[in-house]
Amino acid sequence: MPHFDRLYNFACWLTHDRQEAEDLVQETYVKALKGFSSFQPGTNFRAWIYKILRNAFLTSRTGLKATATLPLDLEGEEEILPAVKETPESILLQRSDGQFVQQALEQLPVPYREVLLLCEVEEMSYQEISATLAIPMGTVMSRLSRARKALRNGLRPQFQKG
Amino acid sequence: MVCESWKAKLDTYLDGELPEQEMHTFDAHVRGCPSCSTDALTRVQMKRTIQVAGKRFVPSTDFRRRIERSITPKPHRSFRLGWMLASATAVVVVIATLTSTYVGSWSGRDQASRDRVFSEIADLHVATLASSSPVDVISTDRHTVKPWFQGKIPFAFSLPELQNSEFSLLGGRMTYLDQTPGAHLIYDVRKHHISVFVFQERSLSLSLKLPASMDENSLSSKQLPFNTETWSQGGLRYFVIGDASAADIDSLAKLFKATS
Repeated sequence: MPHFDRLYNFACWLTHDRQEAEDLVQETYVKALKGFSSFQPGTNFRAWIYKILRNAFLTSRTGLKATATLPLDLEGEEEILPAVKETPESILLQRSDGQFVQQALEQLPVPYREVLLLCEVEEMSYQEISATLAIPMGTVMSRLSRARKALRNGLRPQFQKG
Repeated sequence: MVCESWKAKLDTYLDGELPEQEMHTFDAHVRGCPSCSTDALTRVQMKRTIQVAGKRFVPSTDFRRRIERSITPKPHRSFRLGWMLASATAVVVVIATLTSTYVGSWSGRDQASRDRVFSEIADLHVATLASSSPVDVISTDRHTVKPWFQGKIPFAFSLPELQNSEFSLLGGRMTYLDQTPGAHLIYDVRKHHISVFVFQERSLSLSLKLPASMDENSLSSKQLPFNTETWSQGGLRYFVIGDASAADIDSLAKLFKATS
């Protein structure tokens, strides 16, 4: 089963619920098998199957709820801001063993969480992310930038405690 | 700050998404700039931490098995496959019987050759449908499927326009009959799959040639699990076979005849 483990991981991050994630993955495979004729050979299979999973999530109860509470300026043409120097954060990252990062990731709105996971965990190119999320490349870049900034902000309280 | 313009693109650089020339320029700058290299290191560390933290959930063995069961052929499917193979054998036997009645004037050798042709065709049809990847070119568009065969088979053929018909094209693959390359097309009509085989008549050995008298006859009866039809047109030999009704097989054959 291609991408099974990774699809499950991605589904868990989207839903925050293992049972729901299992349902989502099952639905994805069923839809992929049924609609395989719509897959164009030569195009990106990974982006295609992730798109199916994401669309299934967006139409699920959890997905509808999550996307109904999005910040209004999510797709604004906000300037891509440079990060501040965060050497102390890097020390925290080493010390936290990823636990704080997991918590900070969980707190991110779905659009930020999914774009970060596709880029960092799935190591998709911007083009693949663009195809998966059905958004332009420019939006991929700006959304990634904001997601990273939001994650850093989410880690800041931990940094202050540390 | 001099470096602000660089830092605005630092994430894109670390994601490997800058144009090649700009990547080289960036490399050179980061090596020589303590501020940017420190920032880059921090961001790389963040990327790695997210990568590790993000690989958090592992599916249970039970769930994996459940999904595997749901997407792989089930026992009743195996039964169906067995039934299809048995049916294919039955087709061959019955066709052999029917043809011996219809063409009593044929020599034993002709009859055996013809039986072998339909045995091969039935086998190709069943084996293809049982395959996990029945077609090599997946498309409902004849303008995609037809060019795919270009350079793969030593002849050209036309595919019918299916608009306003109940048939839909699922795709195609290369096939061989008696060491002769040909086209195998799969169509769908009300969830029944129909195979259309096209070969160059003169390439088929003489022993495989069907007599002209059989060309327009459907080689099936209502008792058979498969219906078949064959004809020769424009130097090409066509075979249509499937578990759809004889009328559907005939309709598809007519569409091809009208196109060829």
